[in-house]
Amino acid sequence: MTAIDLSGVSKAYDGNPVLIGVDLAMEEDEILAIIGPSGVGKTTLLRLASGLERPDSGTVAILGTPLTYVNGRDLPLKRHMAFILQKPVAFKETVSENVAYGLKVRDIDDTEDLVAHALEAVGLAEMGDRMATRLSGGEMQRMAFARATVFEPSILLLDEFTANLDPQNVGVLERAVIAYQRERNATVVIVTHNLFQARRISTRTTLLLGGRLVETGPTERIFEEPEDERTRAFVSGEMVF
Amino acid sequence: MASELLYVTALTLAVSGTATLIASLIGVPLGSRLALRETVGGRAIKVFLYTMYGFPPVLAGLIVYLMLSNDGPLGFLDLLFTPGAMIVAQVLLITPIVMGLTLSAVSEVGPEVKDTAKTLGADERQISRTVLRGARVGVITAVMVGFGRAIAEVGAVIIVGGNIQWHTRVLTTAIVLETRRGNFEYAVVLGAILLVIALSVYLVLSYYQERDRR
Repeated sequence: MTAIDLSGVSKAYDGNPVLIGVDLAMEEDEILAIIGPSGVGKTTLLRLASGLERPDSGTVAILGTPLTYVNGRDLPLKRHMAFILQKPVAFKETVSENVAYGLKVRDIDDTEDLVAHALEAVGLAEMGDRMATRLSGGEMQRMAFARATVFEPSILLLDEFTANLDPQNVGVLERAVIAYQRERNATVVIVTHNLFQARRISTRTTLLLGGRLVETGPTERIFEEPEDERTRAFVSGEMVF
Repeated sequence: MASELLYVTALTLAVSGTATLIASLIGVPLGSRLALRETVGGRAIKVFLYTMYGFPPVLAGLIVYLMLSNDGPLGFLDLLFTPGAMIVAQVLLITPIVMGLTLSAVSEVGPEVKDTAKTLGADERQISRTVLRGARVGVITAVMVGFGRAIAEVGAVIIVGGNIQWHTRVLTTAIVLETRRGNFEYAVVLGAILLVIALSVYLVLSYYQERDRR
């Protein structure tokens, strides 16, 4: 089954079109990378896919059911997914309380073991009692990953999840993403401007340019044998912005 | 004199404490709601609120006096020249302050916190609670500022309370009276008690701010 299906999705801000008639199926059991230069609408695409924003036209369906955008009605669908924002924020609580948040809102009270396991997966096992607002950038991203995965969503959306991090933190997070996807056959969608990262961890890649998807396909083919000239120019670094 | 001093201090705390409690029960939920949700006429309400920050206390006293006097619409309550009337006047004065500062505090938490809660599966009520928790120091500040304004207020309470000994005399109105009488030493003692209360409020506030920073 398709995890998230965007059909004819368009979005404009203040009359400026950001996405124009985007059709994209995010499949189960894959890591899909959305690549493209800055400002082409990658984050908007992810926000629409998550239901955080409503498209001006077109539909977004999660696990086969279209979003209604009626207050509260989409919540059961949205609870199948988690979305790590580009700049994750910490609630003014401890790291453990932050990670337990998604469990608490689902009325799961016995959180201790689940939180400990999630923190261990990102190397923060010893930091549970620290105030989350005091974490470094890398630790914050790792906590955000633990917080988003502790309730085991089948769909995980990541927006530039390793931007501005040092290689060690990038490695920890990329390994955690791959492990999570494999263990649960989850749908993982990453937005990244880092072509090396897209190539390292995704199974499928799509290129977004000027609010439109240019080409979508298996990552290996997109990077080795792109069909579209614009894709070839972008992945080879010839395209100048 | 000591027992009267005690009475005046206790009445001051009771009147201003009750007024702050009532103003908080009204102002905190309404201010939060205005910050969290688009409300019809929300912008006009905000302008009104911020205007009310400068609402002259004597005018508030006059309005409450006219409402509660025998010929007024609420005259049947028989509240004029009672601590009840003083509480009503203080509620009128500080509710906009508590509401406005709560609105600012909740607004400052930022859409990122709201979005994060949404992306983790929170429903509307859980999102509101999360944002409010993030704004807790700001909300406590709003309540404390309201209390500070109430306890330091003199114009309204002297009009509607009448500064009656053993009945409606509070610290501020007692200071006015003792100054007029030339009992400056006693007036200074009363002033010192007011300052100690203000300091206590500040200490409570800074405790929460420090705890929040940890």
